[in-house]
Amino acid sequence: MTETIEIEVLGKKDTRSGFGEGLLEIGKRNKNVVALCADLTGSLKMNAFENEFPERFFQIGIAEANMMGIAAGMTIGGKIPYTGTFANFSTSRVYDQIRQSIAYSQKNVKICASHAGLTLGEDGATHQVLEDIGMMKMLPNMTVIVPADFNQTKQATIAIADHEGPVYLRFGRPSVPIFVKPDADFQIGKADIIIEGTDVTIIACGHLVWKSIEAAKALSEKGISAEVINMHTIKPLDSQAVLASVAKTGCVVSAEEHMINGGLGDSIAQLLSRTNPVPQEYVGVNDTFGESGTATELMAKYGIDTVNVVEAAEKAIQRK
Amino acid sequence: METNEIAKVASQVRRDIVRMVAAVSSGHPGGSLGCTDFLSVLYFDTMNHDPANFKMDGEGEDLFFLSNGHISPVWYSVLARSNYFPVPELGTFRKLGSRLQGHPSIDHHLPGIRMASGSLGQGLSCAIGAASTKKLNGDDSLVYTLHGDGEMQEGQIWEAALYASARKVDNLIATIDYNGRQIDGDLEDIISLGNLSKKWQAFGWEVLEMDGHNIDVIKATMAKAKSLTGNGKPIMIVMTTEMGQGVDYMMGTHKWHGSAPNDEQLASALGQLEETLGDY
Repeated sequence: MTETIEIEVLGKKDTRSGFGEGLLEIGKRNKNVVALCADLTGSLKMNAFENEFPERFFQIGIAEANMMGIAAGMTIGGKIPYTGTFANFSTSRVYDQIRQSIAYSQKNVKICASHAGLTLGEDGATHQVLEDIGMMKMLPNMTVIVPADFNQTKQATIAIADHEGPVYLRFGRPSVPIFVKPDADFQIGKADIIIEGTDVTIIACGHLVWKSIEAAKALSEKGISAEVINMHTIKPLDSQAVLASVAKTGCVVSAEEHMINGGLGDSIAQLLSRTNPVPQEYVGVNDTFGESGTATELMAKYGIDTVNVVEAAEKAIQRK
Repeated sequence: METNEIAKVASQVRRDIVRMVAAVSSGHPGGSLGCTDFLSVLYFDTMNHDPANFKMDGEGEDLFFLSNGHISPVWYSVLARSNYFPVPELGTFRKLGSRLQGHPSIDHHLPGIRMASGSLGQGLSCAIGAASTKKLNGDDSLVYTLHGDGEMQEGQIWEAALYASARKVDNLIATIDYNGRQIDGDLEDIISLGNLSKKWQAFGWEVLEMDGHNIDVIKATMAKAKSLTGNGKPIMIVMTTEMGQGVDYMMGTHKWHGSAPNDEQLASALGQLEETLGDY
């Protein structure tokens, strides 16, 4: 019988609010931080920064391509621009601008993207980008971060200011449990091992980290010991954390609110196929667009819920 | 700089351009030759800059962004002749391992370049960003850009046009190379720009027009543009040029937008362009 899993829940909030608080905090600490927004200040929770530092806040209007170019140019002379809009408009709409003016030009821009994935809910598939992690991780020079809860999003927002180079920071709309400690030391590229286990490794990012914690509890009741890793940085991937865990468990499940194609699971598979091939199961959206509905309904319908992580873990173990 | 001295620079730059593209049988000579007089004036007369001590941040210096990156040959030549990097390096243009990429890049660390360009329509936004940072930093130097006329067909240009006017980015002097030609043919036949100057005026910009091949006119217009900065409006110069200017068989057609001369054509071109500062 495995031990009872105890993860303290510190409250419930949306990750975008963590971004808003983090932006205000880093704005106070670093006068070179500037913020740009394409007509979604309220949705991105950037109002506090705007009110505190109006001279460092730039309302661009509904012109995301222009926003990315302006952000790139603002780095010349030492500013650290944080752009804010929905994840879809932060990536697919402006991919070429990011590619040429930010990634290829090595500009110190922080692309902050809210309402990522299915959980933005009722707005439907036009806004539910599920390809953004893949697009962004393919760009040379780009760091890709998907924090798991409010506290971690706040910590990551602050931490990326000290990282020289372009960053994609992805967060979301729904209110989700907070379990990362407010004083945790967030380090880019260093995964958090949340639950230690021996039978299966579950590696998740974003909203799927909490689902994976729930899954580990359910698995524990079935006598299965699951290790849960919060892989908040997709690129650079914490290879050591993956390899050390898999060496112990012998199989892996990746879990993400993203297309299976091109996501976190792909990065893990690429690493393992070259070093330690083990059975892997994927929890993610399988080559389909989303639709309108509540976040809860959509996670269930599209197979990115707790039960899916449990099933994937059992399947991975069977394949060992 | 005296007009006759700038004319000497321009003649040498034109020789550099045709030799660079001929050496690798690729590149964009037409627009490069058309913008030679402008860029020679900009770098040797208009801008306040420090070529020997290039710094990415460019604080206290005027900055230039080339938005139509395909005319890299003219920019590279002007940068080298301005002392940003050794002139003989022009011979590496478009070759493997060169800092002189087909289109301007950052990751090869060529002094003088602050932003990659090539995919069109992006340079004006970048320049607005740099100009905004200068204002935040209390740096009263200026930001210059150059754009192709065909590039005006890109939507991002007009996003930037709206923004710069609305936000009074008045430390910015943009220029359009209005040669009326693009890869597929004459601009009027592809997608007409209508009345280009009136469009920019309607967007709230201060608009000047100039002949892009009269060095005295360019000097005077740039001086006037400088005098108009700080008045709450961004400045646009609509510059009339001839694609292929200086090489007779490249003028009057769009066909030399992206084609390089062969040996015989190169000899003909060099016969029309005086070697003033020594070939690389």
